[in-house]
Amino acid sequence: MAETLTPADVSRIAALARLDLTPEEIALFAEQLTAILAYADQVQQVDTSGVALTTAGMSGSEPLRAARGDDLVPSLPRETLLEQAPDADRAAGVFKVPRVLGS
Amino acid sequence: MSIPEQAAEIRAAVVSRQISAVEICRATLERIRQHDGRIHAFLHVDEAGALARAERLDRDAGSGAGLPLLGVPIAVKDNICTAGIPTTAASRLLERYVPPYSATVVSRLERAGAVIVGKTNCDEFAMGSSTEHSAFGPTRNPWAPDRSPGGSSGGSAAAVAAGMVPLALGSDTGGSIRQPASLCGVVGLKPTYGRVSRYGLIAFGSSLDQIGPLARTSRDAAALFSAIAGHDPSDSTSADTTVADCGAALNGDARGLRIGVPRDLLEHGVEPGVREAFERGLAALGEAGASITDIALPHASLSIPVYYLVANAEASSNLARYDGVRYGTRITAHGPRTTLSDIYYGTRALFGAEAKRRIMIGTFVLSAGYYDAYYAKAQQVRSLIRHDFEQAFARVDLVALPTSPTVAFKLGERTADPLQMYLSDVFTVAANLAGLPAVSVPCGLSDRLPVGLQVTARPFDEATLLRVADALERRVNFTPLKMPA
Repeated sequence: MAETLTPADVSRIAALARLDLTPEEIALFAEQLTAILAYADQVQQVDTSGVALTTAGMSGSEPLRAARGDDLVPSLPRETLLEQAPDADRAAGVFKVPRVLGS
Repeated sequence: MSIPEQAAEIRAAVVSRQISAVEICRATLERIRQHDGRIHAFLHVDEAGALARAERLDRDAGSGAGLPLLGVPIAVKDNICTAGIPTTAASRLLERYVPPYSATVVSRLERAGAVIVGKTNCDEFAMGSSTEHSAFGPTRNPWAPDRSPGGSSGGSAAAVAAGMVPLALGSDTGGSIRQPASLCGVVGLKPTYGRVSRYGLIAFGSSLDQIGPLARTSRDAAALFSAIAGHDPSDSTSADTTVADCGAALNGDARGLRIGVPRDLLEHGVEPGVREAFERGLAALGEAGASITDIALPHASLSIPVYYLVANAEASSNLARYDGVRYGTRITAHGPRTTLSDIYYGTRALFGAEAKRRIMIGTFVLSAGYYDAYYAKAQQVRSLIRHDFEQAFARVDLVALPTSPTVAFKLGERTADPLQMYLSDVFTVAANLAGLPAVSVPCGLSDRLPVGLQVTARPFDEATLLRVADALERRVNFTPLKMPA
């Protein structure tokens, strides 16, 4: 059965995805997501008893190389990667973030 | 000086020293300056880097004679990492991101002698079908500037159509190379899943994404495809198969090829002009020696809903990495005492409306209580769609459909209704769901706008796809766009 998403549902999903939506976005998404899920309802109507899930972009019969050897290879220097960070302590070699727990 | 339009001609002229790589590069940059103010295909043009690279190629010309793309200018979609050149994926989240490494495809292009001239516009994180979801403004269709070039690789398609570059790289998760190729009147190839390395491609739907070429001719598309295809140890999903020399297969005929047409899918929603151009294209393939038969793909009509469940689930997971911690922009939502959570919410507010919508759908279908009903069910129906193609390929070598049900639509016409926008990809998404290679080739005009014919092949059979694309191109009545000087 097609799902109807209420503004409360939209807020709950937004919190799971760490998205801070405006009241206008919540109202719009409640309407649009309900319409998209109603459209997706035709998938629910298909008889899939005994059908396996697709779990990869390629099927098993295709030539996927065996896992790589467990060898050390060079990677980008730590300093180069820390240069990309919005906030970092280069000397200590760490990314910096605000306190993790609230008061 | 007149500069050749096609990559093959440019390479030949540079190899024989008729023209230098620098002259080609300067002419290309000039054409971009001339046209891109109006088209907005590029988010970044790397003038200095491209000229320096061309100078190096001219200096080493003796050793470069064997390089397959020597001196050929190329544009790269902005969701593909280029070391030292900004890579934004058309998102505010990566507005100031300059990658410290290059995607494998970019390294391969450099080894092949190509000159990367800039980064092309796209829908944010490649999510869209019109390039209107770019955070930096839409790209305009060179055929009709009030219309969309399609998307998400709209900048790449427009740059090639307008003759600013002979070649461009795009990425295709549900049609994002083929649909803009169709709407801009150029050739676009989505290779088999696993054929081209995705190392350095900013991930959207990881079981669907592929990088591929856009070009003015099938021969040029084949040259670019050959340069980027092949196994890469840095991408564990890349296939360990040999890559056939696709250029050699382009002999202009389609003799002995059996092409199936799933006619049931054409009954609704296809514009009459698109339908007519498609039928003329099929007739041309018949003249080239192919036999055309009707086939059925009973579950293909479910491709769009299956795709939007699967792709958005993967997108919500892939976009979870944009948290403002390690790279990209950080915005802090200010509360009384700032915590880690405030940088998540502050930073992720930078996503545009379409990215947010898709994260929301994906998060919902993966959430507790809904996973089986939506995501698992969609992956089962995906298996049925794959099975349909396996059955079809027991009878035919190729499957043909129009690439898009419509010609280029007007900017702004579809942005208010996401479902209508999604239907733009109704004929393209099945190839992504099944992992199959597919190409769009111009097959004519409708209302003076280009129409693309899409051909899908068995896994890893890009050589046959390009052969049939070339055969069609030689017979069909289609003249590539000439931009006013």
